[in-house]
Amino acid sequence: MSGRIKTLSDMLKKGEISSAELTRRYISRIEKINPLLNAYVLKTFDEAIRGAEYADALIKQGKAGALTGIPFALKDNICTDGIETTCCSHMLEGFKPYYDATVWQKLKSVGAVLLGKTNMDEFAMGSSSETSYYGAPKNPVNLSKVTGGSSGGSAAAVKADIAAYSLGSDTGGSVRQPASFCGAVGFKPTYGAVSRYGLIAYASSLDQIGPLADSVEDAAIIYDAIRGQDRRDSTSCPTADGVTKLDGDVKGLKIGVPEEFFSEGVDEEVKKSIEAAICLYERAGAKIKKVKFPAMKVALSVYYILCCAEASSNLGRYDGIRYGFRAKDYGDIDEMIVKTRTLGFGKEVKRRIMLGTYVLSSGYYDAYYKKACLLRERITAEFDEIFKDCDVLLTPVAPTTAFDIGGRSASSVQAYLADVCTVPVNIARLPAISLPCAVTKEGLPVGLQIIGRRFDDGRVLSSAYFFEREACVKVPLCKEVQL
Amino acid sequence: MKYRIVSGFETHVELATATKIFCGCSTKFGAMPNTHCCPVCTGQPGSLPVLNKRVVEFAIRAGLATHCTINTTTHLDRKNYCYPDLPKAYQISQFDKPLCENGYVELDSGKKIRLTRIHIEEDAGKLVHERGYTYIDYNRGGVALIEIVSEPDISSPEEAREYVEKLQLIMRYIGVSDCKMQEGSMRCDVNISLTPEGSDKLGTRTEIKNMNSVSFIEKAMAYEARRQAEILDGGGEVEQATLRYDENTGETYVMRTKEDAQDYRYFPEPDLPAIIIPQSKIDETAAHMPELPIDKYRRYTGVLGLSAQTAGLLYKYKAVCDFFEKCLSLGAGAKNTANLITGTIYSSLSTEEEKEEFNAGVSAEDMAKLVRYADEGKINVTLAQMTLSKMLKEGGCVDDYITEQDLAGVSDDELEALCRKAVEENPAAAADFRGGKQKAIGSFYGYIKRASGGKADIKRADAILRKILSE
Repeated sequence: MSGRIKTLSDMLKKGEISSAELTRRYISRIEKINPLLNAYVLKTFDEAIRGAEYADALIKQGKAGALTGIPFALKDNICTDGIETTCCSHMLEGFKPYYDATVWQKLKSVGAVLLGKTNMDEFAMGSSSETSYYGAPKNPVNLSKVTGGSSGGSAAAVKADIAAYSLGSDTGGSVRQPASFCGAVGFKPTYGAVSRYGLIAYASSLDQIGPLADSVEDAAIIYDAIRGQDRRDSTSCPTADGVTKLDGDVKGLKIGVPEEFFSEGVDEEVKKSIEAAICLYERAGAKIKKVKFPAMKVALSVYYILCCAEASSNLGRYDGIRYGFRAKDYGDIDEMIVKTRTLGFGKEVKRRIMLGTYVLSSGYYDAYYKKACLLRERITAEFDEIFKDCDVLLTPVAPTTAFDIGGRSASSVQAYLADVCTVPVNIARLPAISLPCAVTKEGLPVGLQIIGRRFDDGRVLSSAYFFEREACVKVPLCKEVQL
Repeated sequence: MKYRIVSGFETHVELATATKIFCGCSTKFGAMPNTHCCPVCTGQPGSLPVLNKRVVEFAIRAGLATHCTINTTTHLDRKNYCYPDLPKAYQISQFDKPLCENGYVELDSGKKIRLTRIHIEEDAGKLVHERGYTYIDYNRGGVALIEIVSEPDISSPEEAREYVEKLQLIMRYIGVSDCKMQEGSMRCDVNISLTPEGSDKLGTRTEIKNMNSVSFIEKAMAYEARRQAEILDGGGEVEQATLRYDENTGETYVMRTKEDAQDYRYFPEPDLPAIIIPQSKIDETAAHMPELPIDKYRRYTGVLGLSAQTAGLLYKYKAVCDFFEKCLSLGAGAKNTANLITGTIYSSLSTEEEKEEFNAGVSAEDMAKLVRYADEGKINVTLAQMTLSKMLKEGGCVDDYITEQDLAGVSDDELEALCRKAVEENPAAAADFRGGKQKAIGSFYGYIKRASGGKADIKRADAILRKILSE
């Protein structure tokens, strides 16, 4: 059975529907559903219609690619020329970049149709999207639950099919965790596989753009469309030639199960679901092996030191001088900058800037930042060691399923714990995917994480494809948003 | 008390690469504000830097020319500080691993001013204060710089001048910068402290920021040394501070003291991979290094046999040397060429800038031809000078001025007649010579030169005169 993108693409190519018509259908569904979900913070319907017309012309000329004419959404931290890009922060209210991110440029050129910009945690800092200046998006599986974050709007939009697919960014789990919470597929490619040019930086050495999709097949198609070395991003790398093959053959696949990912704090139901998924692989002939990942205990601390340090530097530029928000009533430039930053940033962003400033300060640098860098090397080395003997690792995406909106203080240490299973992947620059593997008694999806070697993205996708095909997990939408 | 000046320099040199260090924008000076800008050099959200390879090449050249070690593995760091001319709120620079280390610049005395390091970094934009507002011009933002840090080896304002001028000359020779201080493409921060004569104990230093002229550097150092000496003599302590020099009053003022020293929170730039330079690349660069100023000077005074003074006048200007050597390659003799340049041509160039630019006003081909006539004795030096002056004033080529007749010179008979006439017209000098005053013979030269229109060969005339006077 074909996935959503292939189905739509076939219809377009066969002329059963035009991209303009398909886009109009998505638009009317957005008008109906988005008020319930708050998944979009900006609708770009004029741009969508322009894109659809271009796509229809391409299709007519027989130049249609896999994504031509298909409507999608971008996370609000991916720059779009002339279209507001705010990172869901008051600080960037009204900010219209004057250039396109590489990923958007790539998609636009093949006739992708941009429906809008999706909700997220302010500057991607959070795990529930509740730190958004525009209010939290809601989980389309259960409207009282968070979407996860930070790419919460992107996950919700895909799950509710108000975008055929979307792009998010993943710094410590921001694509995988919301995918897990909403019952969608979220893929974080190897660091460097997808250009970061035009992705508004949170933590440069950890940030990675990735797709949120309805299926693994869709994720692979999107990944193929956006990946590759970019001369404008010096940290980008060449990726494998050709399209990603999804044979779903796991016979003989060496699967590692790092027990530290199943330790205390992980819900019983989550644990059981992952274990059941592992069994499915085993029955298909994969070799399962328990492995040790002792560095797990420092991963979260390392992550928060590194990302806050980089964020404190990356966010220094928001001073109200050149773009975005500027406070009113100030005596001089220093006061203007202080007031702008005081009013423009939310609480969580300020907290991370302060933390980051602190760990880089002279006298503290060695104890925090430098040590975190050394531990980053250790974490990477431990993964490398594990991957000598394993092809992929299977773990939960998050210790819990989606929690109640407003149920957790977004800033508590507990909120940081939501990232514990995902951050080691970013620290070691590995590829990993999140896909639904079960539905809890409460009706909430559980996400399975598959982690691979650097630049072994194809195997991660193919391994996930196997599970999706065999397990056929269906995560129903809540009735308010059902089609 | 008597004190020694202990001074180290931090010199920023703008590299002459056509494009900026992290983007493709032009580095041309003097464009309309904010026209040489893009998302990268204005720090737009989401933009990323891409290192310009030429910058690394230029910096390696600068390092080699100052006898530095080149680090084959290095990286860039972020230096975080908030100022409106710095659009990212951090400067991409180098902190713990500079590209070049441990070099020196040699002064005429043979003293070596050691260089601690040379690193690459980006320049900031420029604030323009006008009509009660402050405007920002980001054209300069992202222009490539090298920062050359010296050890505190400079011990007088005069040495400081020589150090800066030597550095300037080296950078110009190797083509990495025009080092125009007045345009800001070379700027110095001067660190200075005093040590009591005979003591090794270093005093507290102050730093005079952003000096953009050699003479101001000299004046500022002299002033600051005096100021510190007065404090020390009065039993006080110099406060560590960053100073500004006021060109109008000739005094230094405190900008900030140690208490408000900034914490730059340096950390490795995550947007750029490590810089790895193959040794072969360094070797290749070294093999293609142009002649350095000191070597040129030695060659001019040695092989070419120029006087120290003439060589000194030539080698200070790269463009002059290029012209000079072009003439030599066309067969002109070194001494006559050098003398004509430093005499006749220089007298038409009034400023240092004009000499640096060096628009000779005559083609090297014409110049060489003229010099060859003089070298071969076809015309004398006086006529060569006169001809060159005319060419500079009125244009045209050598052969417009030097006629066949000029080249034919003065025949032996004509010359003898001229000599006899000279002796007749100046009997007093003739008597003096005959009376034993050898020098008196010089009195006849002027007459012979004038009467022959500068064509007469004085050496030959001298022999004839002696013959006549001994008759």
